[in-house]
Amino acid sequence: MRIAGKGLIDRTKPVSFKFDGKAYQGFKGDTVASALLANGVKLVGRSFKYHRPRGVLTAGSEEPNAMIEVIGASNQTPNVRATVQEIFEGLNTRSQNRWPSLRFDVMAVNDMVSPFLSAGFYYKTFMWPRAFWEAIYEPIIRRAAGLGSLSGKHDEGHYEKAFAFCDVLVIGAGPSGLMAALEAARAGADVILCEEDRLLGGRLLADDAHLDGKPAGEWVAAVEAELKALPNVRIMPRTTVTGAYDGGQFSAVERVGLHKGPRPDLPRECFWRITAARTVLAAGALERSIAFPMNDRPGIMLASAVQTYLNKFGVVPGKRVTLFANNDGARAVARQLMAAGVTVAAILDSRTDASAVEDCPVYLGAQVTDTKGRLGLRAITGTHVGGEFALETDLLAVSGGWNPTLHITCHLNGRPRWEASLAAFVPLADAVPNLQAAGACNGVFDTLGCLREGQAAARAALRGLNIAAADAALPTAEGLPYVIAPLWQVAGKGRAWLDFANDVTTKDVKLAAQEGYASVEHMKRYTTQGMAPDQGKNSNVGALAVLADTTGRGIPETGTTTFRPPFIPTSIAAMGAGGRGNGFAPQRFLTSDQASRDRAAPMIEAGLWYRPSYFPKPGETSWLDSCNREIGYVRGAVGVCDVSTLGKIDIQGKDAGRFLDLVYTNTFSTLSVGRVRYGLMLRADGYVLDDGTSARLGQDHYLMTTTTAAAGLVMRHLDFVHQSECADWDVRFISVTESWAQFAVAGPMARALLNGYLDQPLGDFPFMATGAVTVGGVQARLFRISFSGEEGYEIAVPTRYGEALFRDLVARAETMGGGPYGMEALNVLRIEKGLITHAEIDGRATAFDIGAAKMLSAKKDCIGKLAASRPGLIGPERAQMVGLKPLSAEKITSGAHLFIPGADLNRVNSQGHISSVGYSPMFDRDLALGFLVNGRAWHGETVRVVDRLRGIDVLAEVCDPVFHDKDGEKLRA
Amino acid sequence: MRIPCPLCGTRDRREFYYYGSEDYLKRPSDQGMVEDLDNHLFLRDNPAGVMRDVWYHEAGCGAWMVVTRNTISHEVLGSELVAKQKEA
Repeated sequence: MRIAGKGLIDRTKPVSFKFDGKAYQGFKGDTVASALLANGVKLVGRSFKYHRPRGVLTAGSEEPNAMIEVIGASNQTPNVRATVQEIFEGLNTRSQNRWPSLRFDVMAVNDMVSPFLSAGFYYKTFMWPRAFWEAIYEPIIRRAAGLGSLSGKHDEGHYEKAFAFCDVLVIGAGPSGLMAALEAARAGADVILCEEDRLLGGRLLADDAHLDGKPAGEWVAAVEAELKALPNVRIMPRTTVTGAYDGGQFSAVERVGLHKGPRPDLPRECFWRITAARTVLAAGALERSIAFPMNDRPGIMLASAVQTYLNKFGVVPGKRVTLFANNDGARAVARQLMAAGVTVAAILDSRTDASAVEDCPVYLGAQVTDTKGRLGLRAITGTHVGGEFALETDLLAVSGGWNPTLHITCHLNGRPRWEASLAAFVPLADAVPNLQAAGACNGVFDTLGCLREGQAAARAALRGLNIAAADAALPTAEGLPYVIAPLWQVAGKGRAWLDFANDVTTKDVKLAAQEGYASVEHMKRYTTQGMAPDQGKNSNVGALAVLADTTGRGIPETGTTTFRPPFIPTSIAAMGAGGRGNGFAPQRFLTSDQASRDRAAPMIEAGLWYRPSYFPKPGETSWLDSCNREIGYVRGAVGVCDVSTLGKIDIQGKDAGRFLDLVYTNTFSTLSVGRVRYGLMLRADGYVLDDGTSARLGQDHYLMTTTTAAAGLVMRHLDFVHQSECADWDVRFISVTESWAQFAVAGPMARALLNGYLDQPLGDFPFMATGAVTVGGVQARLFRISFSGEEGYEIAVPTRYGEALFRDLVARAETMGGGPYGMEALNVLRIEKGLITHAEIDGRATAFDIGAAKMLSAKKDCIGKLAASRPGLIGPERAQMVGLKPLSAEKITSGAHLFIPGADLNRVNSQGHISSVGYSPMFDRDLALGFLVNGRAWHGETVRVVDRLRGIDVLAEVCDPVFHDKDGEKLRA
Repeated sequence: MRIPCPLCGTRDRREFYYYGSEDYLKRPSDQGMVEDLDNHLFLRDNPAGVMRDVWYHEAGCGAWMVVTRNTISHEVLGSELVAKQKEA
């Protein structure tokens, strides 16, 4: 029912939306809950366990009952709180956890058998027989479990994440938060003000309070206008701060587009990480219910929610209202209802010493002992000091007192303190460093007190930041004391709910205590109290009080469970924004990328790089055909391959050679200018880190190459060695990987190709030489190195010439019976030559294992040298790198294990594994590199190659890892 | 978590690479005892309280630093350049 003249909705803008297939109308500014209540809809959901009919309980994100599915074109969001979801034209929603309909739900049979479904039912019932668990119990329970449902499709919605920084973060924009933000903003601090609601004002609007003798809305509007005009303030409405983390960091989730129809320009939500030097927590407080018998019927709401619907939405969801409270707060609600022309049947005040003077009947010492009305409240009965009462009523507004919203103060392990005078927990002062709670979340419930606390907290923050405070004057406001007499539960015949969402009753808590789960943490798990989407916001304190009553320990001794992030249910899509599919993962493309794609080369990922796998030609039926042909180019003519992905580090300085001696096992300071040397690098623990070549370009100038995979790793390692061991040496280095495009030109005709292409033909240019050349007038670097075993060169030009050079080289190679080759061919070529990659140096291999022990210079120290000599890292017990040649043409795989023929095939008998395999056209069979215990002593012997996953069991000959051109005659040709 | 880089100022920890205890800065040379390597590589205190670790500003300036922090309160107490230690 709408009340004329009340509410902050825009009555000139009607909005239609759907709930359970039926169209309803509300106004701009309505939530689904307020609009449904205005339309007389009381039944909005079914409870989790008993499928009890439920209505709206609250007016905020803590709502335990009114959870709905929001159905979009490509997504379906379950468990959306109808009290938060704003309506927009075309919004489509649905109730959940019911079948076939909300009014008639088959599973409500659970409610009939509820005596059997008490706490621990599952633990007790589904214990035996054991074999029943997977086949019978689990499928049944799974079907019954859960609330809302998903679409089963990927969420294609757009989400974002963002970072923000400020001097002062103010969480909540009620009286405390607004005052704090105003004070900090006027002083010139950078302020971020986060408010969960769409409107600033908090309880000022919901309570219809007065400031400076005028409606509080006017003050709120003036403050908002002032804050908006300041350049140092960011106001973030619809933004819930969800967690506090180390170092003044907070997470927050903003509903950017959820309150609008599908908008391609807007993300649905944005997940914020806010870093604040100081924080004022002004999150307010949450009203709690009272556990009286049958207290869960649609039409029973919190008093503060009734007040919010009246003042913010102009809605009163009943015609004859009753209020049941243990504190003064409900009196104002009753007066406002009566002023709006609503009939108040009675105020039921549980206190005997409270005032009985109101414009409606007041029952003192009152307790509600039963309620009637399955799909909507009709009547209540109870007792009071004068006897019994029975009332016809369709809306019961309950207030059991207030709980400060202190959740965030518990996120860094702080436990709240029980304050008996408030019958509530309050936060500890230093629970989160540099955060101060102010106002209702700090246990100060009157408006004037909130304004004062907000201002004081802002001033404390400003002092900490050495910013002089501005003198914002406080508006005049009510400063009524908060008077409460705790009432947690009412005895009676029916069930009394604590946790509405998870259907936990006072009986369940008592049963848990009787059965030995008397610690609060055990009780929680045994009953599932507080484990629903509202995380116990409505019920934890009540449940704790009932447990304390049952055990006779008192609340402070019973303790409390803690609160963890997130404060509200947060969509994983928002937290993972940018992570779907490739997300924001960088892609690195070679200069030859387009040229390779022009040739239809499939790309393979190498770290962040994309490299051509092979270059198919018409008539080839598989990648292997292409690979074999490309191998033929290199072995028989000339092949061209983009090798720019290898890490290139430019190293300069008088101590550059000395530095390389420290990081490489072998010596580089003695390398002649114009020469290249292969080097091996160890980790601090003596295992191989990386390998590659380094060229001496000048007296004090080296160029190091790393493997593609370890380029970043090596850079980090060089930085570490430099800064930790020799920061005072004259050496500097920088990555130049992206600055140079580099191509391998390999094969018996490589020299001929280059001679016809370079501006000057090559003179004497032996294996492992380097020198400057020019190509079409462009300065280039030439290295005579080989990763294939053939005569090979690598030519490097500044990146901008890379594509042109690649196209030229390939075109020339093709006139000579060669062409481009990809990663598949490159891999086979290097296996035939016994050259390693990170498949071999996988972090477990030592220099000794790969047969490079003699590369550890005895004349100097290097990183990892002593560690490499540790017992167990050298010797016949090590798995040593070997070549493996299958005795037949059968396939073998990397990852296969090696066994001595005749030995049992079990883990203990495994003698090693295969690290790399490739089909060699030269040998017409697979060739492999692998690691075999004492392998170098096994050359010529036979081992069994077993891969049980792929059904492979093949005999292979152990041999030297170099299959091709063992003496390097081709290499040095 | 925020880490104060001596060169760049306080930055998000996602910009940093964590290595481990500052013990890694005291590498035994090839003249050392193999037994000392256990201390250098593997044996670590696990203090409830102040701890000194080596971090790398990998997505930043490339500086290695020793960060002092409290493992109980998670408070970051300061940082100093590894290179500075060596030069001092």
